Amino acid sequence: MAKVTFTANLMRHVDCPSVDAPGVTVREVLAAVFAENPRLKSYVVDEQFALRRHMGIIVDGDIVLDRRRLSDAVESNSEVFVLQALSGG
Amino acid sequence: MADKMIVSTRKGLFNVSRNGKGWEINDVDFLGDNVTVSLRDPRSGYSYATLDHGHFGVKLHRNKGNGWEEIAAPAYPEKPDDVVSKDGWGKDLPWSMVLIWALETGGPDEPGVLWCGTIPGGLFKSEDHGDTWVLNRPLWDEPKRQLWFGGGRELPGIHSICVDPRNSKTIRLGVSCGGVWQTDDGGKTWACRADGMRADFLPPEQQSEPYQQDPHFLVQCKNTPDRLWVQHHNGIFQSRDGSKSWSEVLDVNPSSFGFGVAVHPNEPDTAWFVPGIKDELRIPKNGELVVTRTRDGGKSFDILTSGLPQKHSYDLVLRHALAIDESGDQLAFGSTTGSIYVTEDQGDHWQEISHSLPPVYAVRFV
Repeated sequence: MAKVTFTANLMRHVDCPSVDAPGVTVREVLAAVFAENPRLKSYVVDEQFALRRHMGIIVDGDIVLDRRRLSDAVESNSEVFVLQALSGG
Repeated sequence: MADKMIVSTRKGLFNVSRNGKGWEINDVDFLGDNVTVSLRDPRSGYSYATLDHGHFGVKLHRNKGNGWEEIAAPAYPEKPDDVVSKDGWGKDLPWSMVLIWALETGGPDEPGVLWCGTIPGGLFKSEDHGDTWVLNRPLWDEPKRQLWFGGGRELPGIHSICVDPRNSKTIRLGVSCGGVWQTDDGGKTWACRADGMRADFLPPEQQSEPYQQDPHFLVQCKNTPDRLWVQHHNGIFQSRDGSKSWSEVLDVNPSSFGFGVAVHPNEPDTAWFVPGIKDELRIPKNGELVVTRTRDGGKSFDILTSGLPQKHSYDLVLRHALAIDESGDQLAFGSTTGSIYVTEDQGDHWQEISHSLPPVYAVRFV
């Protein structure tokens, strides 16, 4: 299970503590998180499940590059950070 | 006359009311958050506010009288891979919510119905007070919709929604940049109704192209809904035949450029505007903040200044930030530099409520 941690600034809008989630891609891991926390989904991805324009994800130190399909690989012991990209202000 | 107003700003939703001393700010909801549009539904008493959280997307909140709750915001359907989605410039148009730009009630005969206009151009309908939303596919799938392009913002959007008081199935939309669109069957079919408008930003042979006009804001006279006014990117236009045709109002001083327009609910010849110099210089002329008012259908205009700053004013009033109440006597406007002014005598005299708010996006009397 990967460990998924969200930017603390999201806590003001929706409860989102760090969680362990299964999956071998970023998309699968996030889908598992959102299945347990549905309201969180629209804060991170858009209607097409693409990463929001001013959000970023880092997996084990590497920035996720496939922002549209979120196909980047995740290992069973990966640490996934969902962050604000400061491009959004 | 209304004695309350709600003011949507870059940093919260301000509740303003009139007491024995005049108008003042009572309190603020969503302090610090970007409130783009708000609505009080007189049929249900419910309030709505749309928030743009930037990084975290667009959200919708509702208050049934016992506090705000987040409800599902309108959402675009999953885009099939084989569908091509472009704007008028040929750029990819996302099937995802960028901004809720308009939120209006349906008619009195359809309680629970809300209409929502958005960027990148989708119109959504709710029939259950906002619990669920459905994209209007006839308009979204209309081929001419892909001629729309952004005006001021990167992508096109619906900012004006006028439900005809005589028939709730007749709805007119203002689109930047996409002209005026009308349905007479509740949204099953749509037609572009912008004949007579003029778009200086296009090449000469395309300036009368209806599908790429930039009506900044569209309003209808409540008791004579065939009389419509538009503050357009290139001037002021009016229709006397329910948007079948439009005519330009000329010779307006100090300017016919602006965003907001208000029409008297019972006097279709009476309308108000807050002008800037021109499109590439969006500030009051000579630093003098004025409101213009016509009482004769655009033949002549009064320039109203009493109570408004006449030196070093750089206020710009956005499209949803000029409001009129149901009496037609009270108007209020808010500016990008955080001022709010109100009049109780149709603009002859104005009272400042604040000059230090966050940028104001929308004002409504409730």
